[in-house]
Amino acid sequence: MSRHSVQAWLLLLPALCLLMAFTYFPTVQTVWRSVFSLGTQPSDFTLENYQFMMEDDVLHQVIVNTALYALFTVPLAIGIALVMALWVNSQMKGRGWLRLAYFTPTVLPMIAVANIWLFFYSPEIGLLNQLLGLFEHRGYNWLGDPDLSLYCLMVITVWKEAGFFMIFYLAALQSLSPELYQAASIEGAGRWTQFRRITFPLLMPTTLFILVNAVLNAFKMVDHLFILTKGGPNNASNLLLYYIYENAFSFFDTAYAASLTLLLLLALVALALLQFGVFERRTHYR
Amino acid sequence: MSFIQINQLEKHWQGKAAVDGISFTASKGEFIALLGPSGCGKSTTLKMLAGLEKPDAGQIKIDGHDVTQAAPGKRQLSMVFQSYALFPHLSVTENILFGLKARRVPKDEQQRRLAYALDCVSLVAQADKKPGQLSGGQCQRVALARAIVSQAPICLMDEPLSNLDARLRHEMRSEIRRLQQQLNLTVIYVTHDQIEAMSMADRIILLNNGKIEQIGTPNQLYSQPASRFVAEFIGQPPMNLLVGDEHLVGVRPEHISLATQGVAARAVHTEYQGAETRVEARLETRFPGQMVSFTLPGHQVVNADEHLTLQWPAGQEHYFSHKTGQRLANQTPLLNPHSKDLAHVY
Repeated sequence: MSRHSVQAWLLLLPALCLLMAFTYFPTVQTVWRSVFSLGTQPSDFTLENYQFMMEDDVLHQVIVNTALYALFTVPLAIGIALVMALWVNSQMKGRGWLRLAYFTPTVLPMIAVANIWLFFYSPEIGLLNQLLGLFEHRGYNWLGDPDLSLYCLMVITVWKEAGFFMIFYLAALQSLSPELYQAASIEGAGRWTQFRRITFPLLMPTTLFILVNAVLNAFKMVDHLFILTKGGPNNASNLLLYYIYENAFSFFDTAYAASLTLLLLLALVALALLQFGVFERRTHYR
Repeated sequence: MSFIQINQLEKHWQGKAAVDGISFTASKGEFIALLGPSGCGKSTTLKMLAGLEKPDAGQIKIDGHDVTQAAPGKRQLSMVFQSYALFPHLSVTENILFGLKARRVPKDEQQRRLAYALDCVSLVAQADKKPGQLSGGQCQRVALARAIVSQAPICLMDEPLSNLDARLRHEMRSEIRRLQQQLNLTVIYVTHDQIEAMSMADRIILLNNGKIEQIGTPNQLYSQPASRFVAEFIGQPPMNLLVGDEHLVGVRPEHISLATQGVAARAVHTEYQGAETRVEARLETRFPGQMVSFTLPGHQVVNADEHLTLQWPAGQEHYFSHKTGQRLANQTPLLNPHSKDLAHVY
C-alpha cells in the first residue's frame, strides 16, 4: 500500500469506526438474529419469523396505518410549509414574529408536545371538546375512537413538521434573486405563472430534501404514541416502529422484532431510491 | 412627438431624495444613455420607468399613454439586467420563450420569433443549453434575445456590460448598437461608464445626486459641459480645472501642448502609455502653483522637474462659476455647429 492510501484510510478511520459500530454491525446482527433465533432463544437457520409476518394480522394493520400516516402527513406538512413560507416571505408587518410563531412547535420536545395535545384531545376536560360544548355538541372521544385516533396523531405531526419544513423553504426562497421576478413581471408573467415556472422549480432541491426527511420521519414516528395512544385502541393507531418496539420490549420476541426491523429498513431504502430516482432527474441544482 | 415622456419624477428612500425631479423625453428609435456615478439615481429612474418601483411623484408617458401606475408587463418594454436575470433551471430556448408563453402567443408565432432572435444574437448552437453552461457573453446574448422576441418597442438596459471583460464589452457595445438600429428600438441605457455612453448613445443624460446635470449629444457634453461636474465627469483624463480670480477655467488635457511662448510650468510626473505620454506639471505663471495634466503624442522624454512652456488655444477654455459651478455663457464654439438643441441646464 502506498503512503497516500495509508493516509487516506487513516483519515477515514474515525467515521468508519462509528459507522461500523453503530450502523453496519447492528444491521448485520439484525439480519443474523432474524434467521438464527426464535423468540429470545437462538436456533438453527429458520425463516419462521418471516413466515409469521404473512400471517400476522396486526402487522398488516400496522403497515396500512403507517402507509396512511405517511400518505396524509407528508404532502400536507410540505404543502402547508410551502404556503406558510411564501406568506412569511412576503413584505408584511410583524413577519419576524410570525416566523417565530411557526417555528415554535419545532423547538418544543416531542414529549412536551404530546402532553399538550393530550390535553386538547382529552374526552371530558379537553380543549377541543370544551370548544364543541360551546356549540351544544357533546364532543368526541378523540383518541379513544378507533376511527379517529390515527387522524388525531396525523394532525399533531403536520402541526409540528410544517413549521420545521417552512424554515428550509424560507431559506431557499430568500436565496432566490429578486431580479428573476422583476424580469418575469416585465415579461408579463402574473403571480401564479411566476410561482409555477420560477419559484416552484427552483425550490425543487429543497422539496426533495424535505420530502426525504418527511417520509423518514413518518416511518420513524414513535414518541407521540407512548404518551397519547400506545398504538390503541385495538392497534387502530399503531405504527411500524412502535410495533417493533412492542415486539422487542413488551412481548420479548426479539427475533421477530429483528425481522420487522429489516422490513422497515427495506421499505426506507426502496422509498429513498424511488425519491432520488424520480425527482433527481427533474431537479435543477445550482 | 416624444415616444417616452418623463415628467418631474421623484423617489425618496428614508426621506432622502434618490431621484429628485427628473424630466426628459425620448423619441422613437433613439438611444439614450443615463450616465452618472453610483448612487446618482440612474438605476432608480430606470426601475420607475420599468414599473419595478413606484415613483413618489411625477408622471411617465409611453406613446401618449400615462403608464405611471401601470404594471411592468403592460408598458410595451423589455429589460436587460446587469446580472442577466436568466432563469437558471430553463434552457436558452425556454428562457427566451418565457415571456411569449406568459402572454399566450400562438405556438407557431413563438417558434418563428425564437428562430429570428436566436439568429440575431448567434446562439442557435446553444439553444438547448442551460445558463450555467454558458459564458458571461453568451448569457448576455440570451438576455438580449429575450428582449428581441418580446418585440417591445422600448428596451431598458441596466448596466448590461459591466460583468463582462474589456474585450467582450467592446464587442457587445457594437452588437447592441447594431441590434438597436436594425430593430429601431428605443433604448434607455443605464451606465456609469462614460465610454459606453459616449460611443453608443444618441443623447446622454448625465445625472448627479438625483438631478440632471446635462442632457445632450456626446459631443455637446464633451465640448460644452454645462457645469463643473459634467466637465470633470466626461473625458479621460478629466478636464483640468484651474482656479482663477473671477471664475474656474477648464482646459482639456489634449488641448495643451508644448510651445515656445505661453505659461511656464515644471514637470512633476510623466507616464508613458504607448500611443501617448501623460504629463503632470505644476504651473508657475498665470495660475501659479496649480497642477495640470496633459498628453503628448508618442514617446516623449520629459524629465521630472524639467522646465516646460505650455500653451492652449483661448477658444478651448471653458469658464465655470466659482459659486454655482455652472458654465458661464461667453464662449467656446461648438465642435459641431450643426447640433440643434443647446445644452439643457438644470
